[in-house]
Amino acid sequence: MIVASHLSKRYPGGYEAIKDVSFAIEAGQMVLITGHSGAGKTTLVKLIASIERPTSGSLVVNGQNLSALRRSAIPYLRRNFGMVFQDQKLLFDRSVLDNVLLPLQIVGQPRREAIRRAQAALDKVGLLAREKASPIALSGGEQQRLAIARAVVNRPAVLLADEPTGNLDIDSANEIRDIFGAFHQVGVTIVVATHDQHWIERYHPNVLHLDHGWLL
Amino acid sequence: MNAWFAQHSAALASAFRRLWSAPLNTLLSLLVIGIALTLPAFGYVLLDNLRDLGRSVSGVQQISLFMNLDASKKEVGEIENRLRQAATGKWRFVPKEEALKRMQTSEGMAEIVASLPRNPLPDAFIVEPTNTAPEALEILRKEIAGWPKVAHVQLDAAWVKRFDAFLRLARLALWMLAGIFAAGLVAATFNTIRLQVMALAAEIEVARMIGATDVFIRRPFYYFGALQGALGGLLAAALVIGALLLLAGPVGELAALYGGSFSLRLPGVIEVAALAGIGALLGWLGAQLSVSLSLRKFD
Repeated sequence: MIVASHLSKRYPGGYEAIKDVSFAIEAGQMVLITGHSGAGKTTLVKLIASIERPTSGSLVVNGQNLSALRRSAIPYLRRNFGMVFQDQKLLFDRSVLDNVLLPLQIVGQPRREAIRRAQAALDKVGLLAREKASPIALSGGEQQRLAIARAVVNRPAVLLADEPTGNLDIDSANEIRDIFGAFHQVGVTIVVATHDQHWIERYHPNVLHLDHGWLL
Repeated sequence: MNAWFAQHSAALASAFRRLWSAPLNTLLSLLVIGIALTLPAFGYVLLDNLRDLGRSVSGVQQISLFMNLDASKKEVGEIENRLRQAATGKWRFVPKEEALKRMQTSEGMAEIVASLPRNPLPDAFIVEPTNTAPEALEILRKEIAGWPKVAHVQLDAAWVKRFDAFLRLARLALWMLAGIFAAGLVAATFNTIRLQVMALAAEIEVARMIGATDVFIRRPFYYFGALQGALGGLLAAALVIGALLLLAGPVGELAALYGGSFSLRLPGVIEVAALAGIGALLGWLGAQLSVSLSLRKFD
């Protein structure tokens, strides 16, 4: 499903965040990308999501070589991913429901069907009762659950997350890990950049460990 | 088709929400756009009315055809037939007896007319042509002058030409003014949309990350620009109509003082729709330019 071959990323200014990395992630796997701060975890997630372009090497997702992808095709590729960020990137001037509706509006889902699916996604993460609330009224854990609902509402092939438990207390982090586990159980491919030890211990066979951009 | 409709209706709803969410800003923008469109629109309607006034002023767009003094009734009848066949417009026959009677009723002329040994006036026709363009009037005048027993054909061509030249000059000045104000309208919309893009930077960034195309991001701004422009156009139409209604009374009184009647013609539904359409088009153009430039920083 995701195959990287001699993948490198050098930023303007010369900093090389990813160095000659090769790996393969099968459909339905849960893979953790680990490493210290600055190891290149976030860059790798961004490369997979086509937020950044590789400097060299190839990255093939769902049979599409991202290095050769036209700019106009990138939005359609991103629709294959559900993305969860450490800072959630929620829209605080919209309600909880409207935040989850955004991906469905992007693909042109008719409003009635979109609302039904958004409510189902909120139900999965336990936020249906808060659908009319503003995200600003939610706790950190609830905001991350809302971000997950927004990420999964379009039934993506891959769920990509960057430090989803990074800013959370122990209980909230457990909830988030359980939600990811539940999606993994139903066959969703999951790639998580994290330095959360609880998670690493639970999924240690499927860990890509980065060190200063190198894959160990 | 469903997806297309859903995306467009969502974009339109979003544009309406943005208009309502900042009523004071919306009102000020509409005033700027409305005034920018009012001035050229008012000038256009005023010129249109002036053209009507020019055409309706007695004698200005008429051709007077004077027969020879010795023309018989049969020869007058022949001219009547030619005018009928030429279908040039409206015309009426003024017999020499009627002309003399009118002369007698004029102040100070009764005694002079009474002292004349015989009626010196000829039979005449007053022609009001349908086509009042100066060139067409001149062609008609020449044609009539060539008819038998026609002594003189009178057309105040110089006046007509001067009036027509003035109208053409005024129309050109109006187009230049309209161009300047159109640029102002585009600039006003450009700035409004630029500020919106800045305010919605977070939303745009998130939408791009989760798969929004450029078209999806741009569409609400296009709708907003077009909607704002169309509403500005309607406001301009209302201002023009209001101004014309205020002027209608004094203009009627002025016309009455000159012994005529004239009423200002208000813009019709098509003209109001055209003004709203022009506003929408210019608003869309401003939005297009603004979004294209403002979204570059997200690349």
